[in-house]
Amino acid sequence: MIEGRGFVSRTLRLYLPLLLCMIAMLFPFYWMLVTSIKPNRELYSQKIMPLIVYQPTLKHYYDLLSETNFLLWTYNTMLVAVVTTLISLVLGAMIAYPLARMNFPGAAVVAIGVAATYLVPQPLLFIPMADIINRLELNNTLSAVMLTYPTLLIPFSAWLLMGYFKSVPRELEEAARIDGASRFQAMWRVVLPLTTPGLLSAGIFAFTLAQNEFLYALIFLSKSEVRTVPVGAITELIRGDVFYWGQLMAAAMLGSIPVAVIYSFFVDYYVAGLTAGSVKS
Amino acid sequence: MAVRPEPVARSASVSARALTLRGVLEREGAFSWIMLAPGVAFLLAFVAYPFFYGIWLSLQDRPVARAGVFVGLANFMTLAHDGVFWQVTKNTFVYTAVTTVLKLLGGLAMALVVNQHFRGRSLVRAFLLLPFIVPTILSVVAWMWIFDPTYSVINWTLVHSGVIDSGFSWLGNQTLAMVAIIVVNTWRGIPFYGITILAGLQTISPDLYEAAAIDGATVQQRFWHVTLPIIKPILIIVTMFSVIFTFSDFQIVYALTHGGPANATQVFVTYAFDLAMSGGQLGMGAAAALAMLPVLGVMIVLLTLYLRRD
Repeated sequence: MIEGRGFVSRTLRLYLPLLLCMIAMLFPFYWMLVTSIKPNRELYSQKIMPLIVYQPTLKHYYDLLSETNFLLWTYNTMLVAVVTTLISLVLGAMIAYPLARMNFPGAAVVAIGVAATYLVPQPLLFIPMADIINRLELNNTLSAVMLTYPTLLIPFSAWLLMGYFKSVPRELEEAARIDGASRFQAMWRVVLPLTTPGLLSAGIFAFTLAQNEFLYALIFLSKSEVRTVPVGAITELIRGDVFYWGQLMAAAMLGSIPVAVIYSFFVDYYVAGLTAGSVKS
Repeated sequence: MAVRPEPVARSASVSARALTLRGVLEREGAFSWIMLAPGVAFLLAFVAYPFFYGIWLSLQDRPVARAGVFVGLANFMTLAHDGVFWQVTKNTFVYTAVTTVLKLLGGLAMALVVNQHFRGRSLVRAFLLLPFIVPTILSVVAWMWIFDPTYSVINWTLVHSGVIDSGFSWLGNQTLAMVAIIVVNTWRGIPFYGITILAGLQTISPDLYEAAAIDGATVQQRFWHVTLPIIKPILIIVTMFSVIFTFSDFQIVYALTHGGPANATQVFVTYAFDLAMSGGQLGMGAAAALAMLPVLGVMIVLLTLYLRRD
């Protein structure tokens, strides 16, 4: 009905605002890329136009990979993200399943507890957690962050998966039970396969959140060999007042690309995870 | 005849099963609690315990390396008499309030724009969500360079277009530093609002708009009387979520300004971090972090109730 109007109106209502949105949201990434391939004489010049690169170079990337532990940080980040995502999916699903499909004493308390736990932000817990990790002598081990990240990710996965588990019709499960399946088999063979999209949503969301974690990693990991990418970049490429801008941008690029690529394969699942809970369909 | 023994055999096997592991697992309550146990135990150990331990720490004079001494509410009294603490409180409220309004309006605008029909919409949506996907610290690194006192691209643009004579010291000026963290938080948050609200807009049936249009409603009237009432629950939930996580933000402030200059951008979490991690006073730090509890507690309870309303 509105489509019939002219190009001018469509430009004003759609293309122009869309262009503004895209520029506002993506400019920092463009800036990151451009800065990371500028030679230092372009980087530190107030005269030349900064928006483009005249003589692109990969020197900062080369320096980053040869002079710092960046590859090790990347490995640590990935390892931690994968392990915490798996822990969170398994434990989250084990919490969500009974809450969504069973009647048992205490269900309401657990459900409220899980929702509240999800909303308790990390900053409320990090100081006591630092002391606890210290007493467990887990400082400077990846176990420290593998144990603490799931505090946020388990309640999130549980919450998201509850919706998916609820959506599987009870009749399917009952049919399997009449055929002799145990409760566990009914869950494993009937309900879980039907909720694969939910598991993917929770998984991809947990994975990006784990990549994004900074506070616990900053506190627990003070040795270079065990650091994650965000902590390594911010602590080792800024020394005192000296900022290694080229390498910082190269690290930011290389640290962002894996997340962005994995996200690009699962955009729809990610959006489903993002909007779960606030949008009922 | 072949059918008759069946019920007898079944009931016998049920009572026999009751004592085996498999029999126990067939009971709804037992199965549920066996499934729940590992996750609930984990959350009790790593969320509930630290939470109460944090309250206990806040009541102690507790340097990092030594045992604590119980001091009652002394830490809270010290904070209440410290001007910096009230500055931190004000900063946190300003930061949260301003970014929340900007993110809500910006996100709504983004959602309305993207909700129109055009080719490549899902691709655009994927790109627009990038600020929210990329690890915060890494995108803040780009923003640090955008706000660099000497080589800021904003300054370069303003100077070369003749708006100003010399560049601003974005992160060195008390007001501009607050503007900077607000800009970055808003930039990162708008896609979260935008894409979530968009999902809500897409659940609205076109029939409603047609009916409203037939009744003679203008575009504005349709927005206020059709769109807004339907997406209101989403706006409330997204905003409450965002308030909780902005109020307790750490990454953006820590990386961009470290709370400076002169505590002008110090918020609760960076302040607690400085007291506990840099200053080594765990008790005082825990007290500063717990100062967020009245606001966060109310928000958490309201949102939990709101999400469970049906």
